[in-house]
Amino acid sequence: MIELRNVDKWFDDFHVLKNCSTNIAQGEVVVVCGPSGSGKSTLIKCVNGLEPFQKGEITVDGVSVGGKSTKLPKLRSRIGMVFQNFELYPHMTVTDNICLAQEKVLGRGRQESEEKAMTLLTRVGLSDQAAKHPGQLSGGQQQRVAIARALALDPIAMLFDEPTSALDPEMINEVLEVMVELAEEGMTMMVVTHEMGFARKVANRVVFMDYGEIVEDAETEEFFGSPRSDRAQQFLSKILHHI
Amino acid sequence: MEYNWDWGVLFREPYFGWIIDGIGWTVTVSIAAWIIAFTIGSVVGVARTVPVRWVRSAATVYVELFRNIPLLVQLFLWYFVLPEVLPREWGLWMKREMPLPEVTTAIIGLGFYTASRVAEQVRSGIEAIPRGQSMAGYATGLTTVQLYRHILVPVAYRLIVPPLTSEFLTIFKNSSLALTIGVLETTARSRQITEFTFQGFEAFTAATVIYIVITLTVTAFMTVVDERAKIPGFITGGR
Ligand SMILES: Nc1ncnc2c1ncn2[C@@H]1O[C@H](COP(=O)(O)OP(=O)(O)OP(=O)(O)O)[C@@H](O)[C@H]1O
Ligand SMILES: [Mg+2]
Repeated sequence: MIELRNVDKWFDDFHVLKNCSTNIAQGEVVVVCGPSGSGKSTLIKCVNGLEPFQKGEITVDGVSVGGKSTKLPKLRSRIGMVFQNFELYPHMTVTDNICLAQEKVLGRGRQESEEKAMTLLTRVGLSDQAAKHPGQLSGGQQQRVAIARALALDPIAMLFDEPTSALDPEMINEVLEVMVELAEEGMTMMVVTHEMGFARKVANRVVFMDYGEIVEDAETEEFFGSPRSDRAQQFLSKILHHI
Repeated sequence: MEYNWDWGVLFREPYFGWIIDGIGWTVTVSIAAWIIAFTIGSVVGVARTVPVRWVRSAATVYVELFRNIPLLVQLFLWYFVLPEVLPREWGLWMKREMPLPEVTTAIIGLGFYTASRVAEQVRSGIEAIPRGQSMAGYATGLTTVQLYRHILVPVAYRLIVPPLTSEFLTIFKNSSLALTIGVLETTARSRQITEFTFQGFEAFTAATVIYIVITLTVTAFMTVVDERAKIPGFITGGR
Protein backbone atom coordinates (compact mmCIF):
# COMPACT_ATOMS: atom_id res chain seq x y z
CA MET A 1 0.00 0.00 0.00
CA ILE A 2 2.80 2.42 0.95
CA GLU A 3 6.15 1.73 -0.67
CA LEU A 4 9.34 3.68 -0.12
CA ARG A 5 12.26 2.85 -2.38
CA ASN A 6 15.72 4.32 -1.76
CA VAL A 7 14.46 7.70 -0.65
CA ASP A 8 17.04 10.45 -0.13
CA LYS A 9 16.28 13.92 1.07
CA TRP A 10 18.39 16.96 1.79
CA PHE A 11 17.60 20.19 3.59
CA ASP A 12 20.08 22.30 1.64
CA ASP A 13 23.27 20.37 2.30
CA PHE A 14 21.98 18.51 5.35
CA HIS A 15 21.33 14.89 4.37
CA VAL A 16 18.20 14.21 6.41
CA LEU A 17 17.00 10.93 4.84
CA LYS A 18 19.51 8.40 3.59
CA ASN A 19 18.44 5.65 1.23
CA CYS A 20 15.26 4.82 3.12
CA SER A 21 13.22 1.84 1.95
CA THR A 22 10.27 0.08 3.51
CA ASN A 23 6.88 -1.34 2.59
CA ILE A 24 3.61 -1.10 4.40
CA ALA A 25 1.06 -3.61 3.23
CA GLN A 26 -2.66 -3.09 3.34
CA GLY A 27 -3.93 -3.44 6.90
CA GLU A 28 -0.47 -3.37 8.36
CA VAL A 29 0.51 -1.19 11.32
CA VAL A 30 4.10 0.02 11.32
CA VAL A 31 5.61 1.96 14.20
CA VAL A 32 8.52 4.28 13.43
CA CYS A 33 10.80 5.17 16.32
CA GLY A 34 14.24 6.59 16.89
CA PRO A 35 16.08 9.40 18.64
CA SER A 36 15.03 13.03 18.29
CA GLY A 37 16.22 14.52 15.02
CA SER A 38 16.66 11.16 13.34
CA GLY A 39 14.24 12.10 10.55
CA LYS A 40 11.02 10.34 11.56
CA SER A 41 8.74 13.32 10.98
CA THR A 42 10.49 14.12 7.73
CA LEU A 43 10.04 10.55 6.51
CA ILE A 44 6.35 10.42 7.32
CA LYS A 45 5.76 13.83 5.70
CA CYS A 46 7.37 12.59 2.52
CA VAL A 47 4.70 9.90 2.28
CA ASN A 48 1.92 12.39 1.56
CA GLY A 49 4.14 14.90 -0.17
CA LEU A 50 4.17 17.50 2.60
CA GLU A 51 7.96 17.39 2.26
CA PRO A 52 9.55 16.96 -1.16
CA PHE A 53 12.38 14.45 -1.55
CA GLN A 54 15.17 14.46 -4.07
CA LYS A 55 15.90 10.80 -4.82
CA GLY A 56 14.06 7.50 -4.80
CA GLU A 57 10.37 6.80 -5.12
CA ILE A 58 7.37 6.67 -2.85
CA THR A 59 4.11 5.16 -4.03
CA VAL A 60 0.80 5.09 -2.21
CA ASP A 61 -1.79 2.69 -3.58
CA GLY A 62 0.27 2.57 -6.76
CA VAL A 63 0.38 6.37 -7.19
CA SER A 64 3.83 7.93 -7.23
CA VAL A 65 3.98 10.73 -4.66
CA GLY A 66 6.78 12.63 -6.39
CA GLY A 67 5.34 12.02 -9.86
CA LYS A 68 5.01 15.03 -12.14
CA SER A 69 1.43 14.31 -13.10
CA THR A 70 0.33 13.33 -9.60
CA LYS A 71 -2.40 15.52 -8.18
CA LEU A 72 -1.15 15.93 -4.64
CA PRO A 73 -4.35 17.35 -3.13
CA LYS A 74 -6.29 14.37 -4.45
CA LEU A 75 -3.69 11.89 -3.18
CA ARG A 76 -3.44 13.59 0.21
CA SER A 77 -7.19 13.50 0.70
CA ARG A 78 -6.90 9.71 0.59
CA ILE A 79 -4.26 9.60 3.33
CA GLY A 80 -5.23 10.75 6.82
CA MET A 81 -2.63 12.53 8.92
CA VAL A 82 -2.51 13.31 12.62
CA PHE A 83 0.03 15.72 14.11
CA GLN A 84 1.77 16.09 17.44
CA ASN A 85 0.13 19.47 18.09
CA PHE A 86 -3.33 18.46 16.81
CA GLU A 87 -3.45 21.43 14.41
CA LEU A 88 -7.19 21.85 14.56
CA TYR A 89 -8.39 25.10 12.99
CA PRO A 90 -8.88 27.36 16.01
CA HIS A 91 -11.55 29.62 14.49
CA MET A 92 -13.91 26.80 13.57
CA THR A 93 -16.16 24.64 15.68
CA VAL A 94 -15.34 20.97 16.07
CA THR A 95 -18.01 20.11 13.51
CA ASP A 96 -16.69 22.64 10.99
CA ASN A 97 -13.17 21.31 11.47
CA ILE A 98 -14.39 17.89 10.43
CA CYS A 99 -16.62 19.16 7.61
CA LEU A 100 -14.20 21.54 5.86
CA ALA A 101 -12.26 19.11 3.70
CA GLN A 102 -15.30 16.88 3.19
CA GLU A 103 -17.03 19.82 1.54
CA LYS A 104 -14.13 21.58 -0.14
CA VAL A 105 -12.05 18.60 -1.22
CA LEU A 106 -14.53 15.75 -1.65
CA GLY A 107 -17.42 18.00 -2.60
CA ARG A 108 -19.84 16.44 -0.16
CA GLY A 109 -22.93 18.36 0.81
CA ARG A 110 -23.26 20.08 4.16
CA GLN A 111 -25.78 17.65 5.55
CA GLU A 112 -23.86 14.55 4.59
CA SER A 113 -20.65 16.07 6.01
CA GLU A 114 -22.33 16.91 9.27
CA GLU A 115 -23.80 13.44 9.60
CA LYS A 116 -20.39 11.95 8.96
CA ALA A 117 -18.86 14.30 11.53
CA MET A 118 -21.44 13.29 14.10
CA THR A 119 -20.91 9.59 13.49
CA LEU A 120 -17.15 9.97 13.92
CA LEU A 121 -17.46 12.19 16.97
CA THR A 122 -19.67 9.60 18.58
CA ARG A 123 -17.11 6.98 17.73
CA VAL A 124 -14.28 8.90 19.44
CA GLY A 125 -16.56 9.69 22.37
CA LEU A 126 -17.03 13.41 21.74
CA SER A 127 -20.53 13.80 20.37
CA ASP A 128 -21.31 16.31 23.11
CA GLN A 129 -18.45 18.61 22.05
CA ALA A 130 -19.52 19.21 18.45
CA ALA A 131 -20.37 22.89 18.83
CA LYS A 132 -17.27 23.86 20.80
CA HIS A 133 -14.09 25.44 19.47
CA PRO A 134 -10.79 23.54 19.73
CA GLY A 135 -9.46 25.97 22.35
CA GLN A 136 -12.23 24.88 24.67
CA LEU A 137 -11.19 21.22 24.62
CA SER A 138 -8.48 19.31 26.46
CA GLY A 139 -5.46 18.07 24.54
CA GLY A 140 -6.75 14.51 24.46
CA GLN A 141 -10.11 15.66 23.17
CA GLN A 142 -8.48 17.82 20.51
CA GLN A 143 -6.39 14.93 19.29
CA ARG A 144 -9.46 12.70 19.05
CA VAL A 145 -11.18 15.40 17.00
CA ALA A 146 -8.09 15.54 14.78
CA ILE A 147 -8.35 11.79 14.23
CA ALA A 148 -12.04 12.18 13.39
CA ARG A 149 -11.18 14.97 10.94
CA ALA A 150 -8.75 12.67 9.14
CA LEU A 151 -11.14 9.71 9.13
CA ALA A 152 -13.94 11.84 7.69
CA LEU A 153 -12.31 11.64 4.27
CA ASP A 154 -12.46 7.82 4.32
CA PRO A 155 -8.68 7.44 4.01
CA ILE A 156 -7.00 4.32 2.72
CA ALA A 157 -4.17 4.80 5.22
CA MET A 158 -3.40 6.89 8.28
CA LEU A 159 -0.16 8.63 9.23
CA PHE A 160 0.50 9.63 12.84
CA ASP A 161 3.41 11.85 13.89
CA GLU A 162 3.91 11.48 17.64
CA PRO A 163 0.18 11.82 18.33
CA THR A 164 0.54 11.57 22.10
CA SER A 165 3.80 13.44 22.71
CA ALA A 166 2.12 16.75 23.48
CA LEU A 167 -0.42 15.23 25.84
CA ASP A 168 -0.52 15.12 29.61
CA PRO A 169 -0.01 11.54 30.78
CA GLU A 170 -3.59 11.04 31.87
CA MET A 171 -4.85 11.80 28.36
CA ILE A 172 -2.53 9.54 26.43
CA ASN A 173 -4.68 6.45 26.80
CA GLU A 174 -7.88 7.98 25.50
CA VAL A 175 -6.05 8.71 22.24
CA LEU A 176 -4.21 5.40 22.10
CA GLU A 177 -7.48 3.54 22.60
CA VAL A 178 -8.93 5.15 19.50
CA MET A 179 -5.80 4.22 17.56
CA VAL A 180 -5.84 0.64 18.78
CA GLU A 181 -9.44 0.32 17.69
CA LEU A 182 -8.55 1.66 14.26
CA ALA A 183 -5.69 -0.80 13.97
CA GLU A 184 -7.93 -3.67 14.96
CA GLU A 185 -10.40 -2.68 12.27
CA GLY A 186 -7.65 -3.18 9.74
CA MET A 187 -6.62 0.40 8.96
CA THR A 188 -3.22 0.70 7.30
CA MET A 189 -1.18 2.82 9.71
CA MET A 190 2.27 4.38 9.89
CA VAL A 191 2.82 5.68 13.40
CA VAL A 192 5.77 7.68 14.69
CA THR A 193 5.65 7.16 18.44
CA HIS A 194 7.66 6.32 21.50
CA GLU A 195 4.71 4.52 23.08
CA MET A 196 6.29 1.08 23.11
CA GLY A 197 3.24 -0.41 24.82
CA PHE A 198 1.19 0.61 21.80
CA ALA A 199 3.84 -0.78 19.46
CA ARG A 200 3.88 -4.13 21.25
CA LYS A 201 0.13 -4.35 21.26
CA VAL A 202 -0.80 -3.50 17.67
CA ALA A 203 2.26 -3.00 15.48
CA ASN A 204 3.10 -5.63 12.91
CA ARG A 205 6.51 -4.13 12.39
CA VAL A 206 8.81 -1.59 13.96
CA VAL A 207 11.09 0.67 11.93
CA PHE A 208 14.00 2.17 13.86
CA MET A 209 15.69 5.28 12.49
CA ASP A 210 18.93 6.99 13.42
CA TYR A 211 20.75 9.82 11.64
CA GLY A 212 18.34 9.66 8.70
CA GLU A 213 18.81 5.95 8.09
CA ILE A 214 16.42 3.09 8.59
CA VAL A 215 18.66 1.07 10.83
CA GLU A 216 16.22 -1.67 11.68
CA ASP A 217 12.99 -2.84 10.06
CA ALA A 218 11.72 -5.90 11.90
CA GLU A 219 8.67 -7.80 13.06
CA THR A 220 7.51 -6.38 16.37
CA GLU A 221 8.34 -9.54 18.36
CA GLU A 222 11.78 -9.65 16.88
CA PHE A 223 12.44 -5.96 17.42
CA PHE A 224 11.65 -6.09 21.11
CA GLY A 225 13.09 -9.57 21.63
CA SER A 226 16.43 -9.34 19.93
CA PRO A 227 17.15 -6.12 18.05
CA ARG A 228 19.98 -6.70 15.63
CA SER A 229 21.70 -3.33 15.78
CA ASP A 230 23.50 -1.88 18.79
CA ARG A 231 21.89 1.47 18.20
CA ALA A 232 18.38 0.02 18.42
CA GLN A 233 19.37 -1.91 21.53
CA GLN A 234 20.70 1.22 23.21
CA PHE A 235 17.63 3.20 22.20
CA LEU A 236 15.30 0.51 23.53
CA SER A 237 17.06 0.15 26.83
CA LYS A 238 16.92 3.92 27.28
CA ILE A 239 13.25 4.36 26.62
CA LEU A 240 12.12 1.12 28.21
CA HIS A 241 13.99 1.88 31.41
CA HIS A 242 12.49 5.29 31.37
CA ILE A 243 9.00 3.90 31.72
CA MET B 1 -0.95 90.07 25.76
CA GLU B 2 -4.69 90.33 25.70
CA TYR B 3 -6.61 87.49 24.08
CA ASN B 4 -10.32 87.91 23.63
CA TRP B 5 -11.91 84.54 24.18
CA ASP B 6 -14.97 84.04 22.02
CA TRP B 7 -16.22 80.48 21.88
CA GLY B 8 -19.34 81.75 20.18
CA VAL B 9 -17.39 82.20 16.96
CA LEU B 10 -17.48 78.47 16.44
CA PHE B 11 -21.25 78.51 16.25
CA ARG B 12 -21.64 81.54 14.01
CA GLU B 13 -22.08 81.30 10.28
CA PRO B 14 -20.19 80.83 8.08
CA TYR B 15 -17.68 79.33 10.55
CA PHE B 16 -20.04 76.71 11.95
CA GLY B 17 -20.78 75.54 8.42
CA TRP B 18 -17.05 75.37 7.66
CA ILE B 19 -16.44 73.16 10.65
CA ILE B 20 -19.24 70.79 9.68
CA ASP B 21 -17.92 70.71 6.12
CA GLY B 22 -14.45 70.02 7.44
CA ILE B 23 -15.66 67.08 9.51
CA GLY B 24 -17.46 65.78 6.44
CA TRP B 25 -14.28 65.80 4.34
CA THR B 26 -12.14 64.36 7.13
CA VAL B 27 -14.52 61.43 7.47
CA THR B 28 -15.05 61.00 3.72
CA VAL B 29 -11.36 61.07 2.83
CA SER B 30 -10.45 58.77 5.74
CA ILE B 31 -13.13 56.15 5.15
CA ALA B 32 -12.65 56.09 1.38
CA ALA B 33 -8.88 55.85 1.82
CA TRP B 34 -9.37 53.08 4.37
CA ILE B 35 -11.44 51.05 1.93
CA ILE B 36 -8.62 51.31 -0.61
CA ALA B 37 -5.99 50.60 2.05
CA PHE B 38 -7.81 47.57 3.38
CA THR B 39 -8.44 46.10 -0.05
CA ILE B 40 -5.00 46.66 -1.54
CA GLY B 41 -3.31 45.95 1.80
CA SER B 42 -5.05 42.59 2.07
CA VAL B 43 -4.06 41.53 -1.42
CA VAL B 44 -0.47 42.72 -1.03
CA GLY B 45 -0.13 41.29 2.48
CA VAL B 46 -1.32 37.87 1.35
CA ALA B 47 0.89 38.11 -1.73
CA ARG B 48 3.94 38.61 0.49
CA THR B 49 3.42 35.15 1.98
CA VAL B 50 2.44 32.98 -0.99
CA PRO B 51 4.73 30.22 -2.25
CA VAL B 52 5.35 31.92 -5.62
CA ARG B 53 8.54 33.93 -5.72
CA TRP B 54 7.70 36.63 -8.27
CA VAL B 55 4.39 37.38 -6.56
CA ARG B 56 6.19 37.81 -3.25
CA SER B 57 8.82 40.06 -4.83
CA ALA B 58 6.25 42.29 -6.48
CA ALA B 59 4.41 42.67 -3.18
CA THR B 60 7.64 43.48 -1.37
CA VAL B 61 8.44 46.20 -3.88
CA TYR B 62 5.01 47.74 -3.31
CA VAL B 63 5.42 47.75 0.45
CA GLU B 64 8.93 49.16 0.47
CA LEU B 65 8.05 51.83 -2.02
CA PHE B 66 4.93 53.14 -0.35
CA ARG B 67 6.05 52.68 3.22
CA ASN B 68 9.36 54.46 2.88
CA ILE B 69 8.40 57.63 1.03
CA PRO B 70 6.95 60.21 3.45
CA LEU B 71 3.20 60.56 3.04
CA LEU B 72 3.45 64.28 2.41
CA VAL B 73 5.88 63.68 -0.45
CA GLN B 74 3.57 61.01 -1.86
CA LEU B 75 0.64 63.43 -1.86
CA PHE B 76 2.71 65.98 -3.78
CA LEU B 77 3.85 63.31 -6.22
CA TRP B 78 0.29 62.20 -6.90
CA TYR B 79 -1.02 65.74 -7.18
CA PHE B 80 1.70 67.75 -8.88
CA VAL B 81 4.06 65.30 -10.54
CA LEU B 82 1.90 62.42 -11.79
CA PRO B 83 -0.19 64.53 -14.22
CA GLU B 84 3.05 65.79 -15.80
CA VAL B 85 4.66 62.40 -16.33
CA LEU B 86 1.59 60.61 -17.63
CA PRO B 87 0.72 60.71 -21.35
CA ARG B 88 -0.50 64.20 -22.19
CA GLU B 89 -4.21 63.44 -22.46
CA TRP B 90 -4.31 61.61 -19.17
CA GLY B 91 -2.47 64.42 -17.42
CA LEU B 92 -4.88 66.98 -18.82
CA TRP B 93 -7.82 64.85 -17.78
CA MET B 94 -6.48 64.65 -14.23
CA LYS B 95 -6.02 68.39 -14.04
CA ARG B 96 -9.20 69.53 -15.76
CA GLU B 97 -11.86 66.86 -15.74
CA MET B 98 -11.25 64.49 -12.85
CA PRO B 99 -14.07 65.13 -10.36
CA LEU B 100 -12.93 66.73 -7.08
CA PRO B 101 -9.24 66.49 -8.00
CA GLU B 102 -7.87 67.39 -4.55
CA VAL B 103 -10.14 65.03 -2.67
CA THR B 104 -9.67 62.19 -5.15
CA THR B 105 -5.92 62.58 -5.04
CA ALA B 106 -5.88 62.69 -1.26
CA ILE B 107 -7.98 59.52 -1.04
CA ILE B 108 -5.74 57.66 -3.47
CA GLY B 109 -2.50 58.90 -1.92
CA LEU B 110 -3.56 58.16 1.63
CA GLY B 111 -5.11 54.84 0.58
CA PHE B 112 -2.05 53.55 -1.27
CA TYR B 113 0.27 54.64 1.52
CA THR B 114 -1.82 53.07 4.28
CA ALA B 115 -2.21 49.92 2.18
CA SER B 116 1.52 49.28 2.60
CA ARG B 117 1.08 49.42 6.37
CA VAL B 118 -2.03 47.22 6.33
CA ALA B 119 -0.13 44.76 4.13
CA GLU B 120 2.59 44.45 6.75
CA GLN B 121 0.01 43.70 9.42
CA VAL B 122 -1.68 41.09 7.26
CA ARG B 123 1.65 39.48 6.48
CA SER B 124 2.66 39.35 10.13
CA GLY B 125 -0.73 37.89 11.02
CA ILE B 126 -0.34 35.11 8.47
CA GLU B 127 3.24 34.45 9.51
CA ALA B 128 2.19 34.20 13.16
CA ILE B 129 0.12 31.12 12.33
CA PRO B 130 2.13 27.97 13.13
CA ARG B 131 3.40 26.10 10.06
CA GLY B 132 1.60 23.01 11.31
CA GLN B 133 -1.73 24.62 10.45
CA SER B 134 -0.79 24.79 6.77
CA MET B 135 0.54 21.25 6.95
CA ALA B 136 -2.77 20.08 8.41
CA GLY B 137 -4.73 21.89 5.73
CA TYR B 138 -2.62 20.52 2.91
CA ALA B 139 -2.73 17.04 4.47
CA THR B 140 -6.51 16.96 4.07
CA GLY B 141 -6.14 17.82 0.40
CA LEU B 142 -6.84 21.55 0.45
CA THR B 143 -5.22 23.56 -2.34
CA THR B 144 -3.14 26.62 -1.52
CA VAL B 145 -6.02 28.90 -2.46
CA GLN B 146 -8.44 26.98 -0.23
CA LEU B 147 -5.91 27.00 2.58
CA TYR B 148 -5.69 30.80 2.45
CA ARG B 149 -9.39 31.26 1.97
CA HIS B 150 -10.58 29.03 4.81
CA ILE B 151 -7.75 28.96 7.32
CA LEU B 152 -4.84 31.39 7.00
CA VAL B 153 -6.74 34.55 6.14
CA PRO B 154 -9.63 34.13 8.60
CA VAL B 155 -7.25 33.33 11.44
CA ALA B 156 -4.79 36.09 10.54
CA TYR B 157 -7.47 38.80 10.47
CA ARG B 158 -8.70 37.75 13.87
CA LEU B 159 -5.17 38.08 15.22
CA ILE B 160 -4.53 41.53 13.76
CA VAL B 161 -7.64 43.43 14.81
CA PRO B 162 -5.67 45.49 17.39
CA PRO B 163 -2.90 46.70 15.02
CA LEU B 164 -5.46 47.29 12.27
CA THR B 165 -7.41 49.46 14.71
CA SER B 166 -4.41 51.66 15.18
CA GLU B 167 -3.87 51.93 11.42
CA PHE B 168 -7.52 52.90 11.05
CA LEU B 169 -7.09 55.61 13.71
CA THR B 170 -3.91 56.85 12.07
CA ILE B 171 -5.66 57.32 8.75
CA PHE B 172 -8.00 59.91 10.34
CA LYS B 173 -5.04 61.79 11.73
CA ASN B 174 -3.04 61.52 8.51
CA SER B 175 -6.03 62.80 6.54
CA SER B 176 -5.12 66.25 7.88
CA LEU B 177 -2.17 66.26 5.47
CA ALA B 178 -4.72 66.52 2.65
CA LEU B 179 -4.88 70.22 3.45
CA THR B 180 -1.50 70.64 1.78
CA ILE B 181 -3.05 69.91 -1.60
CA GLY B 182 -6.12 71.97 -0.86
CA VAL B 183 -8.71 69.67 0.68
CA LEU B 184 -10.80 71.71 3.09
CA GLU B 185 -10.98 69.15 5.88
CA THR B 186 -11.10 69.80 9.63
CA THR B 187 -7.57 71.12 10.11
CA ALA B 188 -7.71 73.28 6.99
CA ARG B 189 -10.99 74.80 8.15
CA SER B 190 -9.57 75.54 11.61
CA ARG B 191 -6.70 77.35 9.99
CA GLN B 192 -9.11 79.26 7.81
CA ILE B 193 -11.25 80.31 10.76
CA THR B 194 -8.11 81.49 12.53
CA GLU B 195 -7.16 83.62 9.56
CA PHE B 196 -10.59 85.17 9.30
CA THR B 197 -11.31 85.74 13.01
CA PHE B 198 -7.97 85.53 14.85
CA GLN B 199 -9.68 83.09 17.25
CA GLY B 200 -7.02 80.43 16.78
CA PHE B 201 -7.33 78.89 20.23
CA GLU B 202 -11.02 78.24 19.78
CA ALA B 203 -10.63 76.97 16.24
CA PHE B 204 -7.89 74.51 17.04
CA THR B 205 -9.53 73.43 20.30
CA ALA B 206 -12.53 72.56 18.16
CA ALA B 207 -10.32 70.56 15.80
CA THR B 208 -8.73 68.73 18.73
CA VAL B 209 -12.11 67.81 20.18
CA ILE B 210 -13.33 66.66 16.77
CA TYR B 211 -10.35 64.35 16.29
CA ILE B 212 -10.75 62.97 19.81
CA VAL B 213 -14.43 62.26 19.27
CA ILE B 214 -13.71 60.54 15.95
CA THR B 215 -10.93 58.52 17.52
CA LEU B 216 -13.03 57.40 20.46
CA THR B 217 -15.89 56.43 18.16
CA VAL B 218 -13.59 54.36 15.97
CA THR B 219 -12.03 52.74 19.03
CA ALA B 220 -15.44 51.81 20.40
CA PHE B 221 -16.44 50.36 17.04
CA MET B 222 -13.25 48.34 16.77
CA THR B 223 -13.67 47.02 20.31
CA VAL B 224 -16.96 45.51 19.18
CA VAL B 225 -15.23 44.06 16.11
CA ASP B 226 -12.48 42.62 18.31
CA GLU B 227 -15.04 41.01 20.62
CA ARG B 228 -16.81 39.43 17.67
CA ALA B 229 -13.55 38.22 16.15
CA LYS B 230 -12.30 36.55 19.34
CA ILE B 231 -11.75 32.86 18.96
CA PRO B 232 -13.29 31.02 21.92
CA GLY B 233 -10.62 29.48 24.11
CA PHE B 234 -7.81 30.62 21.84
CA ILE B 235 -4.79 32.20 23.46
CA THR B 236 -2.91 34.35 20.98
CA GLY B 237 0.74 33.62 20.49
CA GLY B 238 1.17 30.60 22.71
CA ARG B 239 1.02 26.88 21.84
N1 LIG C 1 12.54 22.55 7.38
C1 LIG C 1 13.76 22.11 7.81
N2 LIG C 1 14.88 22.72 7.38
C2 LIG C 1 16.10 22.28 7.77
N3 LIG C 1 16.31 21.24 8.60
C3 LIG C 1 15.22 20.60 9.07
C4 LIG C 1 13.89 21.00 8.70
N4 LIG C 1 13.02 20.17 9.31
C5 LIG C 1 13.76 19.31 10.04
N5 LIG C 1 15.09 19.55 9.90
C6 LIG C 1 16.18 18.80 10.49
O1 LIG C 1 16.09 17.49 10.01
C7 LIG C 1 16.38 16.56 11.04
C8 LIG C 1 15.27 15.56 11.18
O2 LIG C 1 14.11 16.24 11.62
P1 LIG C 1 12.78 15.48 11.98
O3 LIG C 1 11.81 16.49 12.45
O4 LIG C 1 12.39 14.62 10.85
O5 LIG C 1 13.25 14.57 13.19
P2 LIG C 1 12.39 13.65 14.14
O6 LIG C 1 13.01 12.31 14.08
O7 LIG C 1 10.97 13.76 13.80
O8 LIG C 1 12.67 14.27 15.56
P3 LIG C 1 11.70 14.48 16.81
O9 LIG C 1 11.66 13.18 17.55
O10 LIG C 1 12.38 15.54 17.60
O11 LIG C 1 10.37 14.90 16.28
C9 LIG C 1 16.63 17.36 12.30
O12 LIG C 1 18.02 17.47 12.48
C10 LIG C 1 16.05 18.69 11.99
O13 LIG C 1 16.77 19.72 12.64
MG1 LIG D 1 9.31 14.61 14.78
